[in-house]
Amino acid sequence: MDSNNYSCQQQPIVEFDKVSFDFNGYKVLEDIDLNLCEKDLVAVIGPNGGGKTTLIKLILGIYRPSTGTVKLFGGPPEKKRHNVGYLPQTSSFDFSFPLNVREAVLMGIYRGAGKRYGKKDYAAVDIALETTGILELKNRHIGMLSGGQVQRMLIARALVNNPGLLLLDEPMSGVDPEMQASFYELIKDLNKKMAIVFVTHDIGVIAEYFEKVICLNRKLFYHGPKEGSLGKLEATYGCPVELLAHGAPHRVLKEHLH
Amino acid sequence: MAFFEYEFMRNALIAAVLVNVACGIVGTYVVVKKIVFISGGISHAAFGGIGLGYFLGINPILAAIPFSLASAVSIGLMSRRTKISEDTAIGIIWSLGMAMGILFINLTPGYAPDLFSYLFGNILTVPLFDIYLMLGLDIIIVIIASLFYREFLAISFDEEFAAVSGVAVRVFYFLLLCLVALSVVILIRVAGIILVIALLTIPASICRLFTYNVRKMMFYSVLTGTLITLAGLLLSYYLDFSSGAIIIIFASAVFFVSYLIKKFIKPGKMT
Repeated sequence: MDSNNYSCQQQPIVEFDKVSFDFNGYKVLEDIDLNLCEKDLVAVIGPNGGGKTTLIKLILGIYRPSTGTVKLFGGPPEKKRHNVGYLPQTSSFDFSFPLNVREAVLMGIYRGAGKRYGKKDYAAVDIALETTGILELKNRHIGMLSGGQVQRMLIARALVNNPGLLLLDEPMSGVDPEMQASFYELIKDLNKKMAIVFVTHDIGVIAEYFEKVICLNRKLFYHGPKEGSLGKLEATYGCPVELLAHGAPHRVLKEHLH
Repeated sequence: MAFFEYEFMRNALIAAVLVNVACGIVGTYVVVKKIVFISGGISHAAFGGIGLGYFLGINPILAAIPFSLASAVSIGLMSRRTKISEDTAIGIIWSLGMAMGILFINLTPGYAPDLFSYLFGNILTVPLFDIYLMLGLDIIIVIIASLFYREFLAISFDEEFAAVSGVAVRVFYFLLLCLVALSVVILIRVAGIILVIALLTIPASICRLFTYNVRKMMFYSVLTGTLITLAGLLLSYYLDFSSGAIIIIFASAVFFVSYLIKKFIKPGKMT
């Protein structure tokens, strides 16, 4: 797809070069070319099993591509991922783990083996909790939070290190509808400082908040501002681009200015 | 009390403290990271080291150090670097270590004296040399655990996120298994290979019921474990039963009672 790639003003922060990923003999992602630039705000959509979480994990170097290369901030993902804030889709941790909110958020900061935390780090935790609106819960045990509060804590953990790139894998799960609007405002606000990749099923909001859209269904189908051949893409690959186009064509697909 | 006038009683007392320093710190990670059965595998495999000690004619506890470290690393390698599942790796290393122990003892001419004390433990017969050895291993454990508290906490809570944030997860996972191996060595004399896992997990599990803080959990576990060990020791002295068995039965009883007490404590009151 000629529209999959576009150039950034500076060096792209994420570069996929002909990346494929197989899992147990099944092609999850195939032939992905992708650039993300500084301060991009990108929504990732696509059907279940389309490879959205896999894409996130490839960026982070949790998965390695079967073929092709992934670069993060110009280097190998394992070496650069400390500059990425990450909110996983599913949290594998144990909510009865003896840890409070502040300690959990502190885990987002790591300066190397044996380095201890200082006042600056605790202040950063307070700021991150303030940003996500749960500062008053900082001494609470993680098992005593609601679903939405857990998401806020995990976003604070992703933010606390002031990353250059924020990867949010379905961050809206568990967030009640009234809170969602303020959440998107928070995302927009954060985007002034960092690039954000946002995996979502909520197609309705894309028009309003996101400037670029990636659609994944094994292949990467649409990325960035070009409008051409959307209907064909939908028919062939099952990406809900028609919804996008019909929802708010001019806003969704407006030219992205660099 | 006449009890403490005997040298073996003094050694038993010191051993109780030394054992529980290791158990409180490493046992806390074993419990929160849910590696109880990996630790069980490492502790049983250590029997190979005991056998090796007999075979080479050296102190079996000394021979158990490299042997447990090797079995810890083997279980880690098998479950992390191959497609062998973790519980299969545990099962294999567990029985392989014990089988090697039996083989080494077969190969050793003559009778293996006090083999039973390595299997079931006897806190009353800990020799002075072993006390010093336990002290040395405790110091190593305390230093490593306090230097890398943050790393161990991170990999225990959320390995994937720890890796993303820059923690060398694999290195610290192996290091943690090695700390388990060293704790096992410290515990062999007191609890015996078969009962090691109880002292490693029960005091920490009891304290987990009452705190939401890992540091406090460690500190309380050291105290709880020491008190349980001493109470069990006194009981076994007066009842004239094996100390290892009595200590663990007593520890289990405390755990069940604590679990019932916990039902009456509101979670909000915990720290």
